[in-house]
Amino acid sequence: MTTLAFPIPRPTHPTGIWNWITTIDHKKIGILYGVTAFILFLSGGIEALLMRIQLAGPNQDIVSAEVFNQLFTMHGTTMIFLAIMPLSAAFFNFVIPLQIGARDVAFPRLNAFSFWTFLAGAIILKISWFTGGATNAGWFGYAPLTSVQQNPGTGIDFWLVSLQVLGIASLAASFNFLVTIINMRAPGMSFMRLPLFTWMTFITNILIVLAFPVITVALIELYFDRSFGMNFFNTARGGDPVLWQHLFWVFGHPEVYILILPAMGIVSEILPTFSKKPLFGYPAIVLAGAIIAFMGWMVWSHHMFTVGLGPIPITVFTITTMAIAVPTGIKVFNWMGTMWGGQMDFRTPMLYAVGFVAMFTIGGISGVMHSSASSDAQQQDTYFIVAHIHYVLFGGAIFAIFGGIYYWFPKITGRMYNEVLGKLNFWLVFAGFNIAFFPQHFLGLDGMPRRIYTYDAGMGWNLWNGVSTLGAIVMAVGVLVMIHNLARSWRKGELAGNDPWDARTLEWSIPSPPPEYNFAEIPTVYDRDDWWARKRREVRRAVPVAGGSGYDEGHGIHLPQPSYWPIIVSIGILIGGFGLVYPVGYYAISIVGVLIGMIGVYSWSFEPVNDPEDAEQAAH
Amino acid sequence: MAQATAHGEHEPTTTGLNHRKVLMWAFLGSDCMFFGSLIATYLVYKNRSIAGPLPEDVFSIPVTTVSTFVLLMSSMSMVLAYAALTRNSMKAFRIWLASTALLGATFIAFQVYEFRTFVNFEHVVNCSDVGVVELTPVKQELAKKCGTEDEHDGKVEEVVGLTPRTNLFGSTFYTLTGFHGAHVTLGIVWLLSLFFLSFKRGMVTPERNLDLDLAALYWHFVDVVWIVIFTVVYLFGVFPGF
Repeated sequence: MTTLAFPIPRPTHPTGIWNWITTIDHKKIGILYGVTAFILFLSGGIEALLMRIQLAGPNQDIVSAEVFNQLFTMHGTTMIFLAIMPLSAAFFNFVIPLQIGARDVAFPRLNAFSFWTFLAGAIILKISWFTGGATNAGWFGYAPLTSVQQNPGTGIDFWLVSLQVLGIASLAASFNFLVTIINMRAPGMSFMRLPLFTWMTFITNILIVLAFPVITVALIELYFDRSFGMNFFNTARGGDPVLWQHLFWVFGHPEVYILILPAMGIVSEILPTFSKKPLFGYPAIVLAGAIIAFMGWMVWSHHMFTVGLGPIPITVFTITTMAIAVPTGIKVFNWMGTMWGGQMDFRTPMLYAVGFVAMFTIGGISGVMHSSASSDAQQQDTYFIVAHIHYVLFGGAIFAIFGGIYYWFPKITGRMYNEVLGKLNFWLVFAGFNIAFFPQHFLGLDGMPRRIYTYDAGMGWNLWNGVSTLGAIVMAVGVLVMIHNLARSWRKGELAGNDPWDARTLEWSIPSPPPEYNFAEIPTVYDRDDWWARKRREVRRAVPVAGGSGYDEGHGIHLPQPSYWPIIVSIGILIGGFGLVYPVGYYAISIVGVLIGMIGVYSWSFEPVNDPEDAEQAAH
Repeated sequence: MAQATAHGEHEPTTTGLNHRKVLMWAFLGSDCMFFGSLIATYLVYKNRSIAGPLPEDVFSIPVTTVSTFVLLMSSMSMVLAYAALTRNSMKAFRIWLASTALLGATFIAFQVYEFRTFVNFEHVVNCSDVGVVELTPVKQELAKKCGTEDEHDGKVEEVVGLTPRTNLFGSTFYTLTGFHGAHVTLGIVWLLSLFFLSFKRGMVTPERNLDLDLAALYWHFVDVVWIVIFTVVYLFGVFPGF
């Protein structure tokens, strides 16, 4: 056996902060993702509260128009790219290997790299508040508002470099999870036995892999326009701003499903567990998820009905948009079928899951309303759209994510949260959410445009704006209750045991929190909801399907070692990203970043292994 | 084989395929969307440049045909390198691997030459063609100088370069072909890394050929992308009727 002589030894058993920096354990990376994304979620929430306070009454001047533009742009970008996506990624990380019976993800170091690169992207975006103004062109950054003539500051550059860096992180994570789900299932875990959350993660990651390159190209073109004076979106040279809209929404609409499909997966785990019934119509829900992902590519122009595409595209996209409501409806009815006749136990996760079904349905119905182009012409760019997006992304995605946090909290920490505070949290958030966002439907139909920083007293919008702000404050109090509950329970909660919910999937068959190696013995899967079946049946009727990973046979458990290099490569990307933000004369910084990244990549490739078992094997 | 275990080469997997190979295919799928978006941008803006040189002004199909041939041959030598490794003929393997990198570098050299030519492109108008042949906008502009002191031997010559800033064609063309060139360059670095690695004993062997396999997949993919670019950008750009 020959290995390259390598100067830096691999970290063996780091402690304290180094433990977290060098970790490649999917569970720790999941916690890192979750805590980081939750903090960023709070920062996006503060941005939202500032906007709501500004809009609480007419003609207020608490923030300026310019700051307001930055607030709504940063709020949208933060919540979509720095909160919902990474919170979903936190669940991917923690839950997926446990649900499929694996000891880790397929590429543990790439997983650490994804997290640190995500953090680098978040830093680049958030730091723009302190470098002369954040981005202010809306989260979809329509051309020509983003051109260097219209928008000479660096806010747009920070925004687009940050999105590129976040794209790298998302792509790396998605490749990893695709391979993990395809290739690391326990013996017998066929695709149609996969837990629903794993299924939806699989579909989501296919969408990420195919959708992110499109936004990458759009951002590259915008960057070249701004930094090198190219003509992609420059109307004076024949460039077409509508091309940006097409490229953005070809990415942006699948992105909507990237946000909501993991949430649907979480809900599909919670509802059967707390109804004490198997998921109703499992194959239909799986197929509906796949159809949503496929049709998600055919509806992007419904974001552009008022651009003037002509009658034929508008008709086609109206039809496809109405059609995509069908698989979504299939899911909603299957969730209701799951609860029907079940022994429902309204613990906090279940409250959030039921809340998700109700709120997401309201958001879905307002979505069908503006799938009709003539109706959309009335609603475009009004608060009706704001109400719709918050019903699907807060009432939908965030409700499911909060439910998922409560659901897996005992597994992640080994301790139970406080149920009373959990319910208080749900009712505050649920009430606050509806008080905040339902009146925005009225405001929108009354003609209040989105993204205005103030309004006149005589417009008839005073009452509902005041109510909306009140609701936002109630929601914020609810989230504070949640933080208090979780932070306290993490240290002092009652011990939860392996399976506090009498749940259905494999992660509940192992101790809480799971040991570093997850499964002492890789389980063999005989059933959909295998753990549920295993708890109730001695005789097994099903036969495991062929294949499956049996890589622990005849070996001890050996785990990959921690590594320094993922974070080094991410630091290279962070430095390189900063160099790209300031176009003229700062490319030297980028070159430093590239060099650090390359050193990291080569060191990563030739990193030694100091697993005693491997060393023993190598000696033979 | 500690290294091999670390890279997961011998772990049984659910599908029987190596993790890294599945990842490579997922990456190539993603890269398809990347080049697809760049090509779509190019096609959307085709024939929409307001000023400056157009494809029919600057493209030289014979030159690009040669460079395309060079790149296609590099795919062949890549296959031969893999075959040589499979039959454990390390010398032939290294020769073919180095040839692949060399042919790739030759393609890049062609591209650099082409870009330099385009940036300093000298247009020639035969004044006898004016009113007879349909002229591109750049040549129509030059043709106005026919009959002045700028006309020599019945021709007007002037440098009107194509840069990424000149027009939509320049922006879309350089971005698309530039990113393709960057892919080829990365491939060359990868192949050379494998070449030098093969001198370390046990690093590249007939049993341990996954690194080469992945590099070959990537290399062939980048070639296929070029075939699309050559057809859509060069051939469709010059020959009428497309």
